[in-house]
Amino acid sequence: MVDYITVAIYTVMSVVVFVLILTTVAFLTLAERRISAFMQDRLGPNRVGPWGLFQPVADGIKFIMKEDITPLEANKLLYTLAPILTIIPAMLTFAVVPFGHDLFLHGRVINLQIANLNVGILYVFAIASMGIFGIIIGGWASNNKYSLLGGLRSASQFISYEISMGLAVIGILMVYGSLKLNDIALYQGSLWFNTIPKWGILVQPLGFIIFLVSVFAETNRVPFDLPEAESELVGGYHTEYSSMKFAFFFMGEYANMITASALIATLYFGGWQVPYLHNIGFIIPKFGIVHMQQWLVAIIEVLSFVIKVGFFLFFFLWVRWTLPRFRFDQLTALGWKVLIPLGILNIVITGALIMLRII
Amino acid sequence: MMIDFSSVFMFLAVGVIFVAVTMLLARLIRPADPNVVKMSNYECGEDPIGSGWFTFNVRFYIIALIFVIFDVEAVFLFPWALVFKSIGWIAFWDMLVFIVILLVGFAYVWNMGDLDWIKDLDNLKENEEDTVISGTMPNTTSGQVH
Repeated sequence: MVDYITVAIYTVMSVVVFVLILTTVAFLTLAERRISAFMQDRLGPNRVGPWGLFQPVADGIKFIMKEDITPLEANKLLYTLAPILTIIPAMLTFAVVPFGHDLFLHGRVINLQIANLNVGILYVFAIASMGIFGIIIGGWASNNKYSLLGGLRSASQFISYEISMGLAVIGILMVYGSLKLNDIALYQGSLWFNTIPKWGILVQPLGFIIFLVSVFAETNRVPFDLPEAESELVGGYHTEYSSMKFAFFFMGEYANMITASALIATLYFGGWQVPYLHNIGFIIPKFGIVHMQQWLVAIIEVLSFVIKVGFFLFFFLWVRWTLPRFRFDQLTALGWKVLIPLGILNIVITGALIMLRII
Repeated sequence: MMIDFSSVFMFLAVGVIFVAVTMLLARLIRPADPNVVKMSNYECGEDPIGSGWFTFNVRFYIIALIFVIFDVEAVFLFPWALVFKSIGWIAFWDMLVFIVILLVGFAYVWNMGDLDWIKDLDNLKENEEDTVISGTMPNTTSGQVH
């Protein structure tokens, strides 16, 4: 028998989370420009509304009002399909990320996560890999030299770094023994020597560095933004795109950034965990218990998740204005000759340390 | 279990509806005034030369082939990592053997230069030097051909 209230709750949650991601994407574009401006000692967009806060709305209206141009020589069907294939997987990946523990409401347990799939992290890999089809199809369908090169580079870069990302995640799976992201986050609340929480960054420092670098490459961000290197490839795979189709590519890229930040936070920084916070309140060893209401705990956990994700989003922008872009041979060399051997080394070290009961 | 996957489909549905509504809305609002010049491919303002679908570097293909091998290897590692703690040392040594065999293949690929984007960079440089030398010393000794 179907529990209609549960279905209703998850429907509402899906819509709310989707809208929240879109809003974050919108404000991330503003944040990117404002923070870039701050780092270059400029002001940035500050005219539309207070502090330029309505700039994303203005951008959105402009995107919708612009003429949509499809090149005569392009493959029409694939050209239209490509942006859709980019944005939907980008959004869909977020479905397994837990943004809080359980919320007890009127005797009902609500997972603060859209889907607690048993394949968890594998789902992320599967869906995120589908996003690359959008980019390579878009690059090919445009019938433009820059687009094709951008699409090819993107595919090549994506598959090179996906292996090192997988190897880094295997280290995490060995320690936490579960594919479910919620279990991984939950396990990170347990304590080491009864004092230090077992966050991923502490048990997997090498894995964290590999994962971080790979994620930057996967999201096509500086210093790995070769698919859209504007100084050599004009716009890369989206050179020919305009209007809403371009906006979908753009939103897909930012949505990927959000998911990437959420994954870094969940795998290596405890996700929604606050150190020593449990469902009944703070339990501090050798000190005592500070009791709290369960709804308050849930709110604090969600806030903790949002702050961590926010920090990594800022980190993405920070890196953009700190590091120069790689050359393509350097990029493949880093992926294949540095990160993959390091990833395998990390697995062996992690295995030995687990067997010696150190982590 | 089923409720989990159904909420993924719910999320997918929300996504598809969002995309469909936005594209439809944009189609109703935006102007449509195409002409041949506007719809030509962009090539820095010039008329495009030839097709955009040019032959590309075969390296992209080789990288894709190596990727398939390593991705299959990662697939083997995932289930092993999950049960690693409960099996213990035997799992550790087993996987070590697997990884060593894999590393032999990796070393072979590396040694063959398939991981280098520009193959034989040294040879390329030597050839370039030859051309430069032959270019700077024209016909000083007769009969010597570079």
